[in-house]
Order: sequence, then C-alpha cells, then structure tokens
Amino acid sequence: MAWAGKVLRVNLTAGTCASEPLNMQWARDYIGQRGLATKYFVEEVDAKVDPLSPDNKIIWATGPLTGTMASTGGRYSVITKGALTGAIACSNSGGYWGAELKMAGWDMIIFEGKSAKPVYLVIENDKAELLDAAFIWGKSVWETEPAIKAKHQEPQMRVSSIGRAGETGCLYAAVVNDLHRAAGRSGVGTVMGSKNLKAIAVRGTKGVGNIRDFKAFMAATTAAKKVLHDNAVTGQGLPMYGTQVLMNVINTMGALPTRNHRDVQFDGAKDISAEAMHEPRKTDGKKNLVTNQACFGCTIACGRISKIDETHFTVQNRPQYWGASGGLEYEAAWALGAANGVNDLEALTFANFICNEHGMDPISFGATVGAVMELYDMGVLTKEQLGIDARYGSAEALAYFAELTCKGEGFGKEIAQGSKRLTAKYGHPDLSMSVKGQEFPAYDSRGIQGMGLAYATSNRGACHLRGYTVASEVLGIPVKTDPLVTEGKAGLVKAFQDATAVFDSAGVCVFTTFAWTLADLQPQLAAACSDEFTMDELGKIGERVWNMEREFNNRAGFTHKDDNLPKRLTTEPAKTGPAKGLVNGLDKMLPEYYQLRGWDPQGRPTKETKARLGL
Amino acid sequence: MQKSLHINPDKCTGCLQCEMACSYEHHGSFNPSKSRIKVFDFHDAGRKVPYTCTQCAEAWCLQACPVDAIKLDLVTGAKVVMETVCVGCKVCTIACPFGTVNYVQDTGKVQKCDLCGGDPACATACPTGAITYIDADWTGLERMQQWAGKLDNQASA
Ligand code: SF4
Ligand code: SF4
Repeated sequence: MAWAGKVLRVNLTAGTCASEPLNMQWARDYIGQRGLATKYFVEEVDAKVDPLSPDNKIIWATGPLTGTMASTGGRYSVITKGALTGAIACSNSGGYWGAELKMAGWDMIIFEGKSAKPVYLVIENDKAELLDAAFIWGKSVWETEPAIKAKHQEPQMRVSSIGRAGETGCLYAAVVNDLHRAAGRSGVGTVMGSKNLKAIAVRGTKGVGNIRDFKAFMAATTAAKKVLHDNAVTGQGLPMYGTQVLMNVINTMGALPTRNHRDVQFDGAKDISAEAMHEPRKTDGKKNLVTNQACFGCTIACGRISKIDETHFTVQNRPQYWGASGGLEYEAAWALGAANGVNDLEALTFANFICNEHGMDPISFGATVGAVMELYDMGVLTKEQLGIDARYGSAEALAYFAELTCKGEGFGKEIAQGSKRLTAKYGHPDLSMSVKGQEFPAYDSRGIQGMGLAYATSNRGACHLRGYTVASEVLGIPVKTDPLVTEGKAGLVKAFQDATAVFDSAGVCVFTTFAWTLADLQPQLAAACSDEFTMDELGKIGERVWNMEREFNNRAGFTHKDDNLPKRLTTEPAKTGPAKGLVNGLDKMLPEYYQLRGWDPQGRPTKETKARLGL
Repeated sequence: MQKSLHINPDKCTGCLQCEMACSYEHHGSFNPSKSRIKVFDFHDAGRKVPYTCTQCAEAWCLQACPVDAIKLDLVTGAKVVMETVCVGCKVCTIACPFGTVNYVQDTGKVQKCDLCGGDPACATACPTGAITYIDADWTGLERMQQWAGKLDNQASA
C-alpha cells in the first residue's frame, strides 16, 4: 500500500498509452522510485543499448512516500541509460511534479521507442494521451510550462520537460519541472530529447489515500519532522543558507576544487557563498537572495529564490531575467564559480537561471568550462576558436558559454559534449575531471579522502549523491571521521551508498539524511506500505539496489578499471590548506571496498553475494 | 474565547503540508486539489501565499444560501456547510467576496473551511508558523509588536 499500484506504459513509436498493474513483488523487493524503476529498467533493456537509440527506455518514477505528508515526500526520479555516461542513470527531482503524478494515480511512467515527431504526454488522472508538441518544440522550459497550462486551461497542471539543451543533444541535458527543479545529471534530458518527447504535463485530483496504517503513519511522520526541526543542519542551516552553507566550510578545509582542480582553495569563495547571498549588494542595496522555498511536503525548505541585479551586464535590458527564480545551491555555485575561478555572484546566478531555463546540468556544464579555461590557459584553445577571451575568472566567458551551450551554437556545441569528449578531442584527456564520463561535484577528494572512493565507485559516474561521506568526514554525521585519512573509508562509503539507495527509493529527499538515519525512515515506510519493511530488510534492499545497478554497468561493459580517478587527483598533491601535500589514496581503499561488497577483484558481485541479496 | 486562523505569508515556504492536512481531515486522502486552504504561488515575486476563509462575522455566503445550508458554529464561530442540505446551486460561491467557498464536482456540493471543529489541521501541520490559530482579538498582535520594536530602537538610537 501507499503505492498507486499502476504503471503507465507509453510506446512512442506506436503512439500508444497503456495501463498495467504494478509488480507488487518487485515493489516489496525494491520499494519504489530509484530501486523499483531500475528493476523494471534492467529487466527490460539490454545493457549494451546505445543510450540515444529508440531501444533505450526512460522511466519517470515516484516512491511510496511521494504525495504523502512524510516530510520531503514529493520526489521523483528519472531512470535510463545515461547519455553522458553510458552507465545506469537515475536523477532525482523535487518541486511538485512527482506528487502530482502520484495524485493522478500512477507510480511510474515507462517510455519506450521513439516518436516520429515531437510530442508531449498529458495525464489527467486515469486519462493519458500523446499530443503534437509542434507549438513548444524549440521553446525553453520557462516558455513550455505556461504554454501547456494555457493550452489546456489548467493552471494547476505540473510539467516536467526539456528545454533547448535536451533538443539540441547537449549530453548533460536535464529534465526540469516547476521551472527550476531538475533531475539534473547524466543526460537524462538528452535521452528524453532523443525520443522526441518534449514534456509530461500532469493533473492529479485523486489524491493519495491508501496508507496501510494511517494512525501509525501520522505518528511516525510527526516524530520524524520533529527530528528535522530540532537538528542544526536541517532545522536552521539549510532553511537559512541552503546547501550553500558549505561554501566557506569546504574552502577552509582545502577541499574546494578550484580552476579545474588545479587548486583546492578559492580566494573568491566568500564572494559566492551563502553569506554573500544574504549581503545587500553594493550596486542596488538589495540582496541576491529573496527567500527560501520548499519542495512538495518538505519541512526543511532549502531552496533558494534569487533575483539578479537588473543593472548587471548579464541581464541589462533583458527583463525576462529580472524576476525571482531558482537561485544557487552549493554544487551549482561551485561548478559555475570556483571550478572556473569566477567570483561574480550575479553572473553565477545568471548562468544558473540559463541552466534552469534551457534544461542543462550546471555541474557538468560548469566543470566542462573549467576544462576549456585550462586548455585556453595552456594555449591549446584560442580566442578565435572560442569566440571570447576565456581566461580563468572571466564572468563574461561563463555567461557567454552558458547561452551558447544550451542552444548548441558555436563552440557551445563542443562544450555540450562534456569534458571527457572535449579534452580527448584536443589531446589532453587527463584534464577531464570526471569518472565514467561524468564531471565531479564540489568536493576535492585530496581533502576529503572518502569522497575519492565514493566518486570512483558511484554507479552513475562522479557524484556526491550516491555516497555522501562529506556528512561524516566534514560534518560529523552520524560520527566524525578524519577527512585526511583513508582508513575506515571503504566501510563508510558502502554504508552511505546502501542507505542512500533506500532513501532514493522511498520518495523522500536525501537531504533528510543530515538528520535522519534509516531508523527514522523505517517507521514511516512500514506504516505507509508494509510491516515487512524492517530495518534488516531495508538494509538489504539498499545493498540489493546497489548491486543491481553495478551489474547493469558491468554488463554494459564497465570494469574495475573504470572505478578510477583522473591522474591529477592521485598524482598532483594539494598545494594549500590542511590537505597540502596529499593526493587521493584510492588504491588503498578500493580493494577493501570490493571485499566488503562481496565482489571479486574485478569488481564483479560474486555468486554468493548475488544469492544473499536475491539477485 | 474565540480563535481565528492567522496567516503570515512571509513565513510560508510553499510546502503544502497544510493542504494535505486539510484534505485528509475532510476527505480521508492527501489531496491538495480538495483542500479548503490554498497556497498561491507568485513566482516572479518569490512569494507563496496561503489563503482561506476568514469566517466573516456577517457572512455573505450564509446570507445568500437559499436553503440555509450554511450554519454558524456557535463555539468556533465557523460558518459550516451542511452537506446534506446543500443543493449545489453555487450562489454562495458568487456571494463570497474572497472566493473561499468552492464547488466540488465529485460531491455536487460546495465546501469551505470549517475550522475543523476548533482544532484546524492546517495550523497543526504548518512547519513554519505561517498558519496559527490564535485569540481572535489579537490577529494583528505579532505585526504590532514588530513595529513597536522599531519605535523602541529609534528612541534609543
Ligand atoms: S530539503 Fe530542499 S531539495 Fe530536499 S525536498 Fe526540501 S526543499 Fe526540496
Ligand atoms: S504548511 Fe505552512 S509553510 Fe507549508 S505551505 Fe502551508 S502555510 Fe505555507
């Protein structure tokens, strides 16, 4: 229970929509969202499939807690084989769309095939149909959402769509809903675009009512909300500063990757920090930050709502960018800022707006620009090629590249391929700061050793959201570990990876884990779904999900050799800060990690491991 | 003592816990589309504003109803729709200057906030204090206090 019990299967080639019952055995074995949709995906799709071919599928999936009063219970994920990585991709988004799909009576939507012409899907409760998208193809997310609502005379409709980046084949195009919430990483928007699918518009008025034990559910969710409220990070830090609370902290500890990871500290960090967003600007006396806002059901409310200075060079005479919209969170502020040496907060906010408007992952975009600026600095790329002077720190170059890249114009076409392909093309593959083709987020693994292992082994390529040992190594959650040592990190990474897989499958936000452990989530899931969801069972499900993803990647052709870091991080020591002189000690952690996982030295789950997990 | 719902939009984050609580209380499911309190999104201004019936003393809806389906709850002061009496003519939705009486297609009747019999679920659910249920005579007290605080600062400056 708490599942809607229904899957919508859309065949884009044939133009058909069909309802089928949810596989309840799988729901009990994989919960929902990330776990359950990945199960459907790996059962139905050949791991060797070309991500952009019609044979790839793409799934929008909610969890059992999506659309309930559980705090942060509004999440959905997009699952496919990633265009950027060729690995399993699962990108998670908040906002209101996920809850709306659940309210319409669906757990997930599976898209297969490819439409001959651009279409969008409209769901009104049980009714679903594909319609001609000619009037929105070529439009941004910010144009698409109001256009669909107007056409259907339904202002309450929620839309999940791609912008120009997804249409023009940018390999890290995002799926965006509610104007600025995104399933951002790995190119899930690229796959959507490759299928000629522009948008999914949903109106759900059926609600979510089939909670197994309502009284127990209300008691459990109320207790869990109190835990969030009383915790310093989720109760004060995140609502006040958002994830940007980390900028100065991570810089001070010498783990803020700067100028394509040449440095680990950025002298401009304070200018682009949470604190700076709260400071009245010198130019107009107003603050960059307007307010914080929440996703559906969220009692944390980390979201940033910002306004750009109307006189800033990026938006002069462009009133469409003067309104309040989704502001900088930490990863974006880092990728658009420190990764390129840019310390202009307004320019970063503008680039972030562009990423939202046109559906592009700001992490991979910003990090790729970091690589471009390094190649420019080395003289490999020239002003003539790029169309602009692209020295480190240039806010003009950042803003210029953002607009070119999302539209696939000029040199933006090459930036849109991501740093792995771009640096290889210009003869310097070692300068791509990525794993499995996906760019790093905002933590330098020389200063936070565990993150090196988390990145190297992440099933969707370099990512902070698959095993966030920063919580332990920096913030002391649940226990403080020394960020500069490798001892004990293999077990730490595994524990974070498995627990995160459960949160991602439940329908709640991973940011709850700053305060919640599995023990806080378990009573909510058990009351909503089934008393089979015990602590033991959830632990096992997390591990099962992780191994299932791993097996897909192995079948897709990845090996232990791909559990690797760029040479820079394992051979060039950090130059400053507490980690000065250190490289990442991946080779010390990886064998132990394989062993703890029950994998052979080639990184393959053994027969015994698979049997133990029921795979 | 009579109490009122008091709304402070500055505190609202748009989480919709209030809408879910309301719909659960009255319809038995989490269903914002059925909520009697609605949170409006003024996107470009970055504002979320919850809005519901303020229980007018001289209620237009109550006066307008041709079948006397809207009744005053003497304890809470709420104007309550009696579903069994309501004929779904929607005259009250026209009479209400604020639009806070709404027609429900599923039931063929109207619905409006009834203060949950004196323990409003939205106020209990709101995590930010944007909705509170307070002494009806003091709905402006918090704001008054803020301004009073400013006066004091100026005096001592
Ligand atoms: S913590 Fe932030 S991202 Fe997560 S649900 Fe709440 S507002 Fe959304
Ligand atoms: S519960 Fe409170 S903060 Fe959340 S939407 Fe309603 S009024 Fe706003």
